[in-house]
Amino acid sequence: MTDSTVEAVESFRLRARAWLAENMPRVDVDAVPPPPGDDDAEWVRTRELQKKLYAGGFAGICFPSEYGGLGLTPEHQRAFTEESEGYEMPLLLNVPTFSICAPTIMDMGSEQQKRERISAAIRGDEILVQFLSEPSGGSDLAGLVTRADRDGDTWVLNGAKTWSTCAYAADYALCLARTDWDAPKHRGLTMFLVKVHQPGITMRRITQVSGSTEFCEEFFDDLVLPADAVVGEVNGGWAVASRQLFHERTAVGGGSPFTSGRGTGRVSQPKPDLVQIARASGRAADPRVREMLGEGHALERVQEQLIRRVSIGLETGQMPSPAASIMRLGHAETDWRVDDLALEIAGGLAVSGEGPGRVGDNFLMRQGASLGGGSTEMSRNIISERILGMPREYAADRDVPFSQVKRGSS
Amino acid sequence: MDLVLSADQKLFRATVKGFLEKEAPLTRVRELADTSTGFDRDWWSRAAELGWTAMLVSEELGGGSVSGDGLLDLAIVAEEFGRGVGPGPLLATNIVLAGLAAATDGPDHSHIVEALVSGESVATWAVYEPGGQWSPLTPGLTAKPGSDGFVLDGVKDRVELAEQADLLLVTATTEQGLTQFLVPADAAGVSVEASRSLDLVRRFAEVRFAGVEVPGSAVVGLVGRAEPLVERQLQVAIVLQSAETCGALERVFEFTTQWAFDRYSFGRPLASYQALKHRFADMKTWIEACHATTGAAARAVQDGAEDAAELVSVAKSYVGSRSTQILQDCVQMHGGIGVTWEHDLHLYLRRATVNRALYGTPEDHRLRIADIIAPSERKTS
Repeated sequence: MTDSTVEAVESFRLRARAWLAENMPRVDVDAVPPPPGDDDAEWVRTRELQKKLYAGGFAGICFPSEYGGLGLTPEHQRAFTEESEGYEMPLLLNVPTFSICAPTIMDMGSEQQKRERISAAIRGDEILVQFLSEPSGGSDLAGLVTRADRDGDTWVLNGAKTWSTCAYAADYALCLARTDWDAPKHRGLTMFLVKVHQPGITMRRITQVSGSTEFCEEFFDDLVLPADAVVGEVNGGWAVASRQLFHERTAVGGGSPFTSGRGTGRVSQPKPDLVQIARASGRAADPRVREMLGEGHALERVQEQLIRRVSIGLETGQMPSPAASIMRLGHAETDWRVDDLALEIAGGLAVSGEGPGRVGDNFLMRQGASLGGGSTEMSRNIISERILGMPREYAADRDVPFSQVKRGSS
Repeated sequence: MDLVLSADQKLFRATVKGFLEKEAPLTRVRELADTSTGFDRDWWSRAAELGWTAMLVSEELGGGSVSGDGLLDLAIVAEEFGRGVGPGPLLATNIVLAGLAAATDGPDHSHIVEALVSGESVATWAVYEPGGQWSPLTPGLTAKPGSDGFVLDGVKDRVELAEQADLLLVTATTEQGLTQFLVPADAAGVSVEASRSLDLVRRFAEVRFAGVEVPGSAVVGLVGRAEPLVERQLQVAIVLQSAETCGALERVFEFTTQWAFDRYSFGRPLASYQALKHRFADMKTWIEACHATTGAAARAVQDGAEDAAELVSVAKSYVGSRSTQILQDCVQMHGGIGVTWEHDLHLYLRRATVNRALYGTPEDHRLRIADIIAPSERKTS
């Protein structure tokens, strides 16, 4: 940064260190996490913590100042995150509010949407979510069938969305819907900003095998949306969704400059601490287990290093934006291997699912890392096609009016 | 290596690349494979003129580097060596120089350092012993007090380029503990016998020490205090080795990707099959991770960071195992041509396999990591 008005990272770091010590509560290491599905109190706490950050002038570090942020660099954010280690942070806001939804609104939204939604999130007043996936399709996002029909100055929404993270706690959602059925699939979509809690939306929480109920499913019945709910252009929703998916891949890979503090704060998937598991299983001195400890630790460090490299590549323009999929794929692979190692190190202890890291429960959710945020199969398509330039996969629905595209029965 | 290079480093890289492409293309590497020495001493002197032996040495002793971060610059050279499976003592001599430069206490070796920097001399590290795995702190080779210094007895093997080296940096056990000595390769009692080497140009040999008398001035650093120097040499060795492997991976991935575009089966290029595209995506991801961890280790060792030992072992654990996996996958992508002598793939696979095995395997380094993250259960030997 050559701009002399930007505070030096080191000075920012020292100021952050002093402020955190003075104002933020320390993490209580003995605190028992709430059982999966019962985290309402945590959301109240999250909003409080975000308000504290905002009052102290440390919220929205990488967001522009006109939208309530500090307008600083990713280096400033990294410094703050490092300093925040050991303090309670509003981590639940990291994904999707700050790392996915807010940056998408910043990239594609109207001036009014940016001023209202981004600053409200930074103030700790509002939480944002995504309404993207639908029950009828996973990877083929653009094949969605939720419809928004124009009715005078307004739109009427009908259909269903699923896999929306923590939607029950949210205020606004970015919702992608079909607005032109005669256009090919990508060209008939529009993105809307939807108030989450209002008549016309019915919400159900999804129970996962780990017991977590963080994801929701929503049903829309003649939900009326005002004209200014459109984000970007009418029928230009795919461009908005593409930015959203880019930010999502970056966030899932762990490389977003808009997250503050380490992690997502969700207790449903605690990272297994392999050393703790080895000690609990009485095998921490076994050379075979020690080799596994070393392997797991190395993989986790390498994933951090990979994120760092690709983030710098994206920031400096030396890597194209599809490179975010490299972080995403690396993350899934690391998680898989670490989950496998946890199971192997725990040995017979995995039977009960008790003990450090809840090894058994964790293992049941192993594939979560390669499904959430787009499957790794899609990441591999993106890397091979958009980075290596290999031929695109054949698609039967390319350039076909969506109303004529074949659809399955479920 | 690092994505962001300074203008000077970019220019430096281009110079290294140009020199290697002109002076040591793969056709030359194949010619050298048929010679008894594996590299040409005159060629090495000219390489030294480009600064490839100067980067870990202070300016007073004729050293210096492009960016001031000598190891990072040297890793750029190592990466280019990897791209072309370069011959010569780049790693061997620089590992020794790393030890000599770090040995600020003890006898003065500045004349030797100068000769190594100029390319006039070549040195190598004699640290492995026959039948032994990576255990540099407990050599069987002994150095006992003699009439005028020490007497060395024992055997070293897997000594890189020992047949060509003028000086051997030898790890030994003395009454006071682990000690390193600089021994002229032509000293009385030293005998060198070439071993079969997997790498066609980077040769290895067994070296026997039978009552070899060396003066006290041959000690590097202090008697019985070699452990930190050995650790320093190891760290530099792993950084250079990993950078070299990254360069090899980068080059092989380039020509394998090109092959996938050019080779047709059933009327379409290999690159159009999803089953193969996905494997290329995996390899791309792993190669980026190899660069990332090598760059992080290089930076940590350069800065003398607290976690340098850990990050070096992280890099070796990852790059060591992934590299050979990627290269074997590239062989698979090529089909039968990939296992022929005439195809260049095996030159790279040889280099990466040697790098995987040398200076601690990935498995050895995982145990080192475990000793850092779970120290209380550490096995005390």
